[in-house]
Amino acid sequence: MLGAARQKMLGQSLQRIRPMEKVFRSYSSAAKQMTVREALNSALDEEMSADPKVFLMGEEVGEYQGAYKISKGLLDKYGPERVLDTPITEAGFTGIGVGAAYYGLRPVIEFMTFNFAMQAIDHIINSAAKSNYMSAGQMTVPIVFRGPNGAAAGVGAQHSQCYAAWYGSCPGLKVLSPYSSEDARGLLKAAIRDPDPVVFLENELIYGESFPVSSEALDSSFCLPIGKAKIEREGKDVTITAFSKMVGFSLKAAEILEKEGISAEVINLRSIRPLDRSTINASVRKTNRLVTVEEGFPQHGVGAEICATVVEDSFGYLDAPVERIAGADVPMPYAANLERMAVPQVEDIVRAAKRACYRYVSTAAAA
Amino acid sequence: MAFCMRISRNFIHTLKSKVGFFRRDLTPWLTSPCVQIFENPDPILQTNVTRFTSRRFESIKAEEQCSSADHAQVLDFPGGKVAFTPQMEFLSESPEVRSPCYRVLDEYGLSIEHSSFAEVSKEVAIKMYSDMVTLQTMDTIFYEAQRQGRMSFYVTTIGEEAINIASAAALSISDIVVPQYREPGVLLWRGFSLQEFANQCFGNKGDNGKGRQMPAHYGSNKHNYFTIASTIATQLPHAVGAAYSLKMDKKDACVATYFGDGGSSEGDFHAALNFAAVLEAPVIFICRNNGWAISTPLSDQFRSDGIVVRGKAYGVRSIRVDGNDALAMYSAVHAARKMAISESRPILIEALTYRVGHHTTSDDSTKYRSADEIECWRVKRDPVSRFRKWIESNGWWCDETEMELRSSVRKQLLHAIQVAEQAEKPPIRDLFTDVYDVPPANLCEQEKLLKETIKRYPQEYPAHVSV
Repeated sequence: MLGAARQKMLGQSLQRIRPMEKVFRSYSSAAKQMTVREALNSALDEEMSADPKVFLMGEEVGEYQGAYKISKGLLDKYGPERVLDTPITEAGFTGIGVGAAYYGLRPVIEFMTFNFAMQAIDHIINSAAKSNYMSAGQMTVPIVFRGPNGAAAGVGAQHSQCYAAWYGSCPGLKVLSPYSSEDARGLLKAAIRDPDPVVFLENELIYGESFPVSSEALDSSFCLPIGKAKIEREGKDVTITAFSKMVGFSLKAAEILEKEGISAEVINLRSIRPLDRSTINASVRKTNRLVTVEEGFPQHGVGAEICATVVEDSFGYLDAPVERIAGADVPMPYAANLERMAVPQVEDIVRAAKRACYRYVSTAAAA
Repeated sequence: MAFCMRISRNFIHTLKSKVGFFRRDLTPWLTSPCVQIFENPDPILQTNVTRFTSRRFESIKAEEQCSSADHAQVLDFPGGKVAFTPQMEFLSESPEVRSPCYRVLDEYGLSIEHSSFAEVSKEVAIKMYSDMVTLQTMDTIFYEAQRQGRMSFYVTTIGEEAINIASAAALSISDIVVPQYREPGVLLWRGFSLQEFANQCFGNKGDNGKGRQMPAHYGSNKHNYFTIASTIATQLPHAVGAAYSLKMDKKDACVATYFGDGGSSEGDFHAALNFAAVLEAPVIFICRNNGWAISTPLSDQFRSDGIVVRGKAYGVRSIRVDGNDALAMYSAVHAARKMAISESRPILIEALTYRVGHHTTSDDSTKYRSADEIECWRVKRDPVSRFRKWIESNGWWCDETEMELRSSVRKQLLHAIQVAEQAEKPPIRDLFTDVYDVPPANLCEQEKLLKETIKRYPQEYPAHVSV
């Protein structure tokens, strides 16, 4: 008991210096509940208050309090000079944000969804990601692009794509995808403070979900390291990697697998680029089996990169082929039953983990 | 909904003045039946009275509006009152008369009578002319170097020297310049040396761009000149963002951004002008309308009266200028700068000129335009000789100084090329730096491995490239 208390105190004070260690308890016992929405809002509020150079720009962020109410109260607190409602030109306001960042401000650009960011992707890649390199360090771009990514519910093909793989392939960008409220707070703060351009992929369906947050996470100087994954659940039989909403599904799958005698280790990637290859490989070396889970399209996805990195670094440790769970290779359908089949479900993850453990379930049964 | 209420109020007031008896405020007329009308029927209303008032009220309203002479003739709409007209008239797609072009010096370099322009001192005029000559000579020599295979690529500015130099002269060093790629003259004016130009073109160790980009993609923080990117018109929203930042910092400076006639077709042009107007950003948009976007002539690019008329569409003050008249360019930019900063507004300047050279060294423009056309603009409308005539007429220049300048510049350029060509290339480590603020682990590891490989097999790697 005493040991646990001491460990907790030590853990809290060393949290920032020590790399993410595997702890059984994810959060401190004196937990407050916070939705992801509140977490993002508080992170934005604190960073804007700490640094006058930080400003928010996007459609509906001001008067409307944010399309998903993430920026609630910020216009009233900071005024229209720092919370800018923009006309409907993603390319326009993204370019303007990049220009302001070239000058030295720290913009946070909100996209109503990253599907709309495709109209601005030239500015994200060509003007933000590559500029520091092309200008030989003369033009830095301390900008954050954030917004919901991936499937929501019943919004169809043009509102449901996951862009983690697209942005994750680009050198010059950092790509983050939080799951819990603590992730959301810590990673958004880190993103805003980071001198490089950061793509921050949120998820609309988790905005309303509540998670416990430690008192340390509530501190205004709280920050999570970029490029470090988190082991959400320890296990020894199979490694399951996931990010964003799929972390929740993977944890549920792990519960089901536990009952069947399979101990799954669930890794919350948190950072798509840079990918925490050392944590993933260390886990696979322990469990010898890997299932990658993502919501996006299967070809050239995040799972493909994770599989390649494990094959490169830990081939000898694999006891089974790597299993990839991804969204269906179709544009997202609208009808609820079709949509459900186009996105990974908990059963899919359970089946894949079993396959990796050679507890074979025929794929015909899945259809 | 709001303006419907106002119309109804106007109507009600008119009715009131005619009939003068409404006892209650009728503003919620859409929802509540207007019982009181029937209590004291008006002669006009009487004929059409029924119980169902809202609909009846509407048709009566139309009748009322037609019959009343001093009735509302304007629509109170966001942005200002709009007058109604019973005549159906479409705004013409092209004006009868095109927007006039501001010019101060004629083809012979003599100042036109009754012209208004900003005063230019002898020192500034001489520097302007010298820089125009330097730019012209640099273009000629670097172009030749490319043709000889010494340089891989080059972009000339022939024919647009006046736009480059005169606009630069009218700005101050604290103004941020956000270029496209045909504005090296602005950098030249600000003090970028010929050696630095050559270094960038040869991508050697002296290049402050660390050999990362193609030739003619200059950039210099020291000279407040954003690094050139090849993407067309993307710099326009960047310029607005930078201008907005200047405004937030309350700096006594503006942003000047350049683009071509082709660039004005990009979506970014629309977004930038629109936003600049809405955000009230102090930015000068300078369009070099030089007639060609690679091989696309103006008639295939747009059907508007050039670019100047578009300013009005966005609520941006604009002017059309003779881009080959250095004095007119100087005056226009000088005035634009004052307005942009003091009134915190964007200004659009369309400079009419001609791209005498090819699009780049990868292009042969004789394939899509006549050699005569090129010759005409190159000789008869050369901005450099035109300005020369003006400064000569002021007694500030003569043939001797001309010869001295040209031979000196030529010598410096040839020397710069020689030095740049023989200089060492950037070190291998510059492959890996600046991707991020701090080099990431994977790149550090790769750099280490590469160094080891080079050490182990030195004969496979060029000797004059340091690690």
